[in-house]
Amino acid sequence: MTGPLLSIETLTRDYALRGKGGATRTLRAVDGVSLAVEPGSVFAVVGESGCGKSTLARIVMALDRPTSGTVRLGGDDLFALGPKALARKRRDFQMVFQDPYGSLNPRHSVGRIVAEPLHLLDDAPRGRERRALVARALEDVGLPGSAAERYPHEFSGGQRQRIAIARALITNPKLVVADEAVSALDLSIQAQILRLILSLRDRHGLTVLFITHNIGVVDEIADRVGVMQAGRLVETGPVREVLDHPREDYTRTLLAAEPTLAVLGQRKRRA
Amino acid sequence: MLAIRNLSIAFPGPDGPVRVVDDVSVEVGRGESLGIVGESGSGKSMLSLATIGLLPKSARTSGEILLESKDIPGKDILVRNILAMGEHELCGLRGRRIGMIFQEPMTALNPAMTAGQQIAEGIRLHRRIGRAEARAEALRLLDRVRIPDPSRRIDSYPHEMSGGQRQRVGIAIALALKPDLLIADEPTTALDVTVQKEILDILDELVADLGLSLILISHDLGVIARSTDRTLVMCRGRAVEAGPTETVLRHPTAQYTRDLIAALPRRARAGLGDQPRLAAGGTR
Repeated sequence: MTGPLLSIETLTRDYALRGKGGATRTLRAVDGVSLAVEPGSVFAVVGESGCGKSTLARIVMALDRPTSGTVRLGGDDLFALGPKALARKRRDFQMVFQDPYGSLNPRHSVGRIVAEPLHLLDDAPRGRERRALVARALEDVGLPGSAAERYPHEFSGGQRQRIAIARALITNPKLVVADEAVSALDLSIQAQILRLILSLRDRHGLTVLFITHNIGVVDEIADRVGVMQAGRLVETGPVREVLDHPREDYTRTLLAAEPTLAVLGQRKRRA
Repeated sequence: MLAIRNLSIAFPGPDGPVRVVDDVSVEVGRGESLGIVGESGSGKSMLSLATIGLLPKSARTSGEILLESKDIPGKDILVRNILAMGEHELCGLRGRRIGMIFQEPMTALNPAMTAGQQIAEGIRLHRRIGRAEARAEALRLLDRVRIPDPSRRIDSYPHEMSGGQRQRVGIAIALALKPDLLIADEPTTALDVTVQKEILDILDELVADLGLSLILISHDLGVIARSTDRTLVMCRGRAVEAGPTETVLRHPTAQYTRDLIAALPRRARAGLGDQPRLAAGGTR
């Protein structure tokens, strides 16, 4: 395959805010964002709350429509597709959410949860074949196949996030959008899930759009990074270039604000 | 000024009592900041709730939490056990001796009261002063926590403020009664990093300028490293390691502490020497 898998061009999303007395004003949540994600790579979008990164993720997932601009996935303009074609296209992009407690239906077995996106396929396997596929998906993310018989409450936060990843991967998508997918996890679990995502990228050539507020996580997982502020991508490039030689003030501010162990010993001892 | 001795906290469970804090001892000196670090379920929040007498009623405790009374010249230092106090005494303790700062400034504040009203409420509950005087005091406190434009912000409601401003109001409330100990339970976890930095700067400054003692509870070793003198590492209710923050993080003796540090993103570990990026290892 040549060229980017995901290509976003001058994407803008306006929301109308209704003020007092019926007056409306416009909030530009995403402002002229362009980016391209190569197949088999992790592209991180990093920014603080309200910068528009989640709106961007929702539009890439076709859960929201842009005011202007295009999103191309594997060459197809997502918002030029008819409803049927878009529905068929959805097998190619799946999402992993932040909260592993809220994103899995507690009443459904893990097997049913993981198999859910299979309805997007025309020839989804049934019966024993389907169960084998679900078991393979669970094993792929480091869980036993027998987890399918159990329910979400029987699993820890990290295990639930693995279940959410298995669900995202069951249709063999080309792109996974992960919105703060490790933010709610303890550090040791966070490192495990990051390793899992990297291993899926390496084993299956998975492409990931990774939305996060955490620069430390970007440094660990991203091939390329875009820094977002107030709806705009202020700086984009290979992760080493952007983090080691930031060109924009805002990127430098973000990098400097992150607490690290480098400050050890610099703390003044008070009398 | 605060000494926790052999503290255990248990809750009744279907298979007998469940110990969430198990024989923990730790001390905080005057003007010192103690970090308590641990993952979810380590018991770090229960420890802080016990210190301010806010444990759920079903909790069973043993051990002691000893608090020195304020220095009164010529008098012996009085030491009281918080675990043995009744509700009335605890009310005097909260706010006046120990101020508490919570994680989520949106839910910790009353949405129906302005910033000024909530700060003044505590002051007027504990001291016999007039409305105008309490308001002036609230204004001073808002200035102290570096709220921009405090004379306007004093009449703002929580929903009209950003997360960082709300947390500043939370700190102002905790400071209102001039406590000698502040307990901050994950005070910046819900905030952006740039705002987190501002809030931690304010806490550092309060400890330095007012000589307050601080217990800072965090899962973030970077936060612990920058803002605390000593650190207690907790895991499953137990104290696994304690000591000067720099020693604990540079030369950890417990395997659990080493694992915590190893799980940090590489950038956060920087300063301990060159660290490899995560390898795309196995799936486990």
